[in-house]
Amino acid sequence: MDRKLIYVDHAATTYIKPEVLEAMKPYLTELYGNPSSIYYLGRESKKAIDEARSQIARCLGAQPQEIYFTGSGTEADNWAIKGAAYANRKKGRHIITSAIEHHAVLEPVEFLRREGFEVTYLPVDQNGFVNPADLEKAIRPDTILVSIMYANNEIGTIQPIKELAGIAKNKGVIFHTDAVQAMGNIRVNVMDLGVDLLSMSAHKFYGPKGVGCLYVRKGVQLEGFMHGGAQERKKRAGTENVSGIVGMAAALKLAYENIDRYNEHLRKLSSRLIDKVFERIPHVRLNGDRHKRLPGNVNFSFEFIEGESLLLMLDMKGVQASSGSACTSGSLDPSHVLLAIGLPHEIAHGSLRITFGEKNTEEDVDYIVDCLEEIVAKLRQMSPLYEDFVKRNKG
Amino acid sequence: MYSEKVMDHFMNPRNVGEIENADGVGQVGNMKCGDIMKVYLKIENNIITDAKFKTFGCGAAVATSSMATELIKGKTVEEAEKLTNKAVLEALDGLPPAKIHCSVLAEEAIAAAIKDYKMKQGIDVSDMQTCQGCCGKCGETRE
Ligand SMILES: Cc1ncc(COP(=O)(O)O)c(C=O)c1O
Ligand code: FES
Repeated sequence: MDRKLIYVDHAATTYIKPEVLEAMKPYLTELYGNPSSIYYLGRESKKAIDEARSQIARCLGAQPQEIYFTGSGTEADNWAIKGAAYANRKKGRHIITSAIEHHAVLEPVEFLRREGFEVTYLPVDQNGFVNPADLEKAIRPDTILVSIMYANNEIGTIQPIKELAGIAKNKGVIFHTDAVQAMGNIRVNVMDLGVDLLSMSAHKFYGPKGVGCLYVRKGVQLEGFMHGGAQERKKRAGTENVSGIVGMAAALKLAYENIDRYNEHLRKLSSRLIDKVFERIPHVRLNGDRHKRLPGNVNFSFEFIEGESLLLMLDMKGVQASSGSACTSGSLDPSHVLLAIGLPHEIAHGSLRITFGEKNTEEDVDYIVDCLEEIVAKLRQMSPLYEDFVKRNKG
Repeated sequence: MYSEKVMDHFMNPRNVGEIENADGVGQVGNMKCGDIMKVYLKIENNIITDAKFKTFGCGAAVATSSMATELIKGKTVEEAEKLTNKAVLEALDGLPPAKIHCSVLAEEAIAAAIKDYKMKQGIDVSDMQTCQGCCGKCGETRE
């Protein structure tokens, strides 16, 4: 029997769409020239990169020369943060970010703190929103950078980026947003948003892994990241990942063309899952905002049970999902995002993230709900916390 | 990441449940480490005639509870007291490094249940220590 596999972890990564792979293939096989070479094969590669750059710029509402290719979303985040901090450190050493950023932002910020920069972490409310008034208050004369993610990878909360960027702009502070999760789900336009720096990663929107991009608004001071050859206008040295870049542009174009239909598809699946789980499983909460969240993201906390056990049992049934639980990250602490929205430890440990994609169906949702009902009941039977709860309610 | 034995004891845990009027009950762990184990023992004539557990925790926590209770059933109290986390680990064909603390917790849950039994029997337990070192965080919240 073929193992039934239901992939619902699209926030972790996606497969490459066939059209995207087709666009990439020539640059993996016959058109393998180095874009820096001046002969035909080199020129073909260079042309492909230029076209990809223009394509991505068109999607984002940017100029091609504002698009810089990187080796991942993590690299784009690192570059944005360290590059802006070092280029502007004469103006000041204060950086503002939020408590629920991805580690690709939190860690470079922490690195800068160790290097002598000062950091303010903005808190979030119970649904994961940054309060614009908090940002307004946190900005000081020596603030040089604000970095707040567009959409959260765990609970899907979508921040009011336009408003937040506007506040930074008014005070003359550079604003970066990690749009890795937003891209492909939200029609991102950098002119409309007013951001200075924006990171994305191709593998989150049906493009290849290991390629990302940083949008850098014209005029923004940014230190180069990789030092070496003259690629990416001397800002990011290293022979370009030509097929990856081509694939990223093809994937983004497809995403923008289909975004409304895709959103509707995802929202339908998420609503079905949320409604059915609330109907059939007691003691569960939805983390993040019910509406202002990524359309394909659902994050539950099941009380009295632990996330890794839940994931393992789901895996045995073919359901590939994720959790904000400690045990999956190798540390004993539960997710910093779930703690930041105020969940107590025991509830943060019992979280489950399901992120839908284009191939998921309503049957998948129903199957997942059946599995969850059975597994949650089984784990609760095994849980001393549930036992205490039942006894307390009896007595 | 887990051995077949661990997965077997996780998917089909032995000895899940409670024992009514147990002779010894021990609970260790806390929400900070994300694992809580509760062990119930039935002890007759110094022999552990039954052992059951309830565990909140990851796959390794469930598997170590299951294996630890298996290993002490039918043993004398003194034998059970000597159960080490290493014995549990070996019986499970090992655990990933980050999960070793779960086996420590299982050892300590058994020790806590035995301590409870001895206290109920009026035996001096002042030299018995339980729950030390699985994660070091329990000092923060232990009552
Ligand atoms: C919000 C966010 N930022 C950054 C990253 C890192 O992207 P990449 O995997 O391309 O390094 C991820 C992906 O895990 C993410 O979800
Ligand atoms: S429960 Fe962590 S040290 Fe005892």
